Amino acid sequence: MSDKLGEVIEASTAEFTAECYELYSAPALGSLVKTSDGDVQIYGVVYNTTTESMDPGRRPIARGKHEKDASDIYRSSPQLSVLFRTNFQALVIGHKITDDVNRYLPPRPARIHSFVCELDEGEIKDFMLSLDFLYILASTPIVGSNDEVVAACLRNVSKVQDDSRAFLLKAGKELAVLLSAEPHRLEAILRRIRP
Amino acid sequence: MTEDRLGIVVAGSLTAGLEVKLDSSASVEDMAVGRYVVIEGQKSSLFGMITDISLDAANQQMAITPPNVSDPFIAEVVSGTAVFGKIKVRPELYMGSDAISLLDGPQPVKTVPSHYSKVRSATEADMERIFGAEGAKHFYVGNPLDMEIKVCLNLEEFVKRSNGVFGKSGTGKTFLTRILLSGIIQKDIATSLIFDMHSEYGWEGTSEHSKKVKGLKQLLQSKLAVFTLDEENARRRKVSADYIVEIGYDEIEPQDVEMLAQTLNLTQPACEAVYQFAREFGDGKWLASALALEGGEETRGLLDRLNIHESTYRNLRRGLDKLSRLPFLTGHARDNSVKRILEYLERGVSVVLEFGRYTDIVAYILVANLLTRRIYDRYRERTERAMGSDGVQPQPLVITIEEAHKFLNPQVANQTIFGTIAREMRKYNVTLLVVDQRPSGIDEEVMSQFGTKATYLLDNERDVDNVLMGVSGKSELRTVISKLENKQQTLIFGHALPLPVVIKTREYGSAESYQEFGFADAAALKRKAEQDKEELW
Ligand SMILES: Nc1ncnc2c1ncn2[C@@H]1O[C@H](COP(=O)(O)OP(=O)(O)OP(=O)(O)O)[C@@H](O)[C@H]1O
Ligand SMILES: [Mg+2]
Repeated sequence: MSDKLGEVIEASTAEFTAECYELYSAPALGSLVKTSDGDVQIYGVVYNTTTESMDPGRRPIARGKHEKDASDIYRSSPQLSVLFRTNFQALVIGHKITDDVNRYLPPRPARIHSFVCELDEGEIKDFMLSLDFLYILASTPIVGSNDEVVAACLRNVSKVQDDSRAFLLKAGKELAVLLSAEPHRLEAILRRIRP
Repeated sequence: MTEDRLGIVVAGSLTAGLEVKLDSSASVEDMAVGRYVVIEGQKSSLFGMITDISLDAANQQMAITPPNVSDPFIAEVVSGTAVFGKIKVRPELYMGSDAISLLDGPQPVKTVPSHYSKVRSATEADMERIFGAEGAKHFYVGNPLDMEIKVCLNLEEFVKRSNGVFGKSGTGKTFLTRILLSGIIQKDIATSLIFDMHSEYGWEGTSEHSKKVKGLKQLLQSKLAVFTLDEENARRRKVSADYIVEIGYDEIEPQDVEMLAQTLNLTQPACEAVYQFAREFGDGKWLASALALEGGEETRGLLDRLNIHESTYRNLRRGLDKLSRLPFLTGHARDNSVKRILEYLERGVSVVLEFGRYTDIVAYILVANLLTRRIYDRYRERTERAMGSDGVQPQPLVITIEEAHKFLNPQVANQTIFGTIAREMRKYNVTLLVVDQRPSGIDEEVMSQFGTKATYLLDNERDVDNVLMGVSGKSELRTVISKLENKQQTLIFGHALPLPVVIKTREYGSAESYQEFGFADAAALKRKAEQDKEELW
């Protein structure tokens, strides 16, 4: 896998957590990422990113009182970048077995240490041919707001579409059906994705 | 054909109609009641008419807290999804898709399509398959809304029953009647006797646009004759009438007067007195004799003997005097008009009887009743004779009458010849084509006997009710009628066509329209005349 960002350090059927090889190099909120269970490629949407101390017992302390710029702190204490790590969590929204792309949960979760990388443009377009995944994304309880993730994801993937407005309209209509009982949620998302 | 897909069937029944949820791509604003759609079931397709259009929401919340639709994106997203349009479709015809049913053609609907069957607009090809093409019996009367195709009536079926053209004033009844008659006569389906109260059928009619339109004579030439009750008026209008109708006193029967009781303000005893006079003086002579009564001793003696009260006599006399003032009524008619009309009709020539200046309703009721009764008797005789001896039946006759409620209202429909004809269907090869702007005035039973009805806009509930008498799916058609345009748009339904359909009536009055109807222009007529002359020699 090219351009790998990190690898899986925790996995369940519905989601996985990956640790980035580089501090602060997690994909943007709502990005599509993939990993695998060996045979099956597993697709997820990044919904949460955290950066924390490697050693849970050692909390970072404030260091920049005498520095001009925050980035100078890292320059004067190069060990810092190995004391922290960036993790991101992705909600599983589909998978690919041989050539079949399915927008529902895979049979098994990702394996620990599987590489994780972002989907390329072709893969995104392919996956977005159907918007069935929105159901999972809008309704699975996650840390944070589903609606924010839905909106971020649609904004991201619309950029690679040939006609991004038409795509957003189609997605909007899908959501309008899913969320017809919750007009406030629907409107909040629509406001966040309108072209 | 996914482009013109409108939506899917979501609910409904055969009797109440089908509910169709519109796709977001189909705007309610593009729908119109009266238009046709095709429902594609798994084994067959159904043909139906849009009878209502409504708005709905997937969830009540959408109506309570509407999204911000001032944002065009949001508005576009929610339309057709969270909120959507619905149409009500009245299933009309069933079309199987296998070879056998294709041959059988459209059939009556006996079931509904399954849930979520696709619905699309009817294409011109669909419409053509149903309304047929022009032919020996099929006559083009108009176009469905927003379509170029022709809706054709089966005229042979049409003249088998009495029919009606209804609508409020100025909507196009006379125009449509003229169109229908031109088809019936031109295609030799039937002859017609037209009681032309306002002199608008024969030579020329008036139109709000071009002032004058051609009458049937100019189109049908030798297949039609113009008779008039008012020679002077015909001359002034430069109409060369084929015959001047006069009616002798001896032709008027007591029932003719009875029919006029209301219009002449005759009391019940006065009507009875008419019959007494007829018995006293003899059938052919009673009117002349009654008018000749001077009022002296002799008259008093007669009245006493017949037991007619003085006031009754005065009432009757006022009525009869009014009658006698009709100029075409004379003591001694030059000729027998009934005989003359029959001669023409029997030769296959239709007759328009113009009333000229005598547009008084008394004249109209009197003449129409009198002539129709005589002519009907004659047709009955001939038909019965033909049935007895396997001879030829007379060619069907269509009697065209405006202001029909005067002849067919509930008080008189049981007694008039018109009521009889309407109820008998075509037993004796005579049917009616009635034209009326107040159909609520027509007897319900008569109304339900009509084979085919065309109705323009009606703004009175009771009129609509009566036109739809005996029709299934009344309430849906009611909506359709109330949404018709002011002019030249009519809902037509009944025996002469497979489905009720709203049409824009075929254009009548432009140069091209005349050509389509087959009017020969003046130059061509002259050539034809010369040719005929040459052939003669
Ligand atoms: N088929 C048609 N072709 C052209 N013009 C039409 C047609 N139908 C109706 N019109 C227009 O509508 C006007 C009214 O039509 P028409 O005289 O037939 O009305 P009507 O229903 O007979 O009215 P009324 O009850 O007053 O006699 C005509 O003068 C003409 O301008
Ligand atoms: Mg008229």
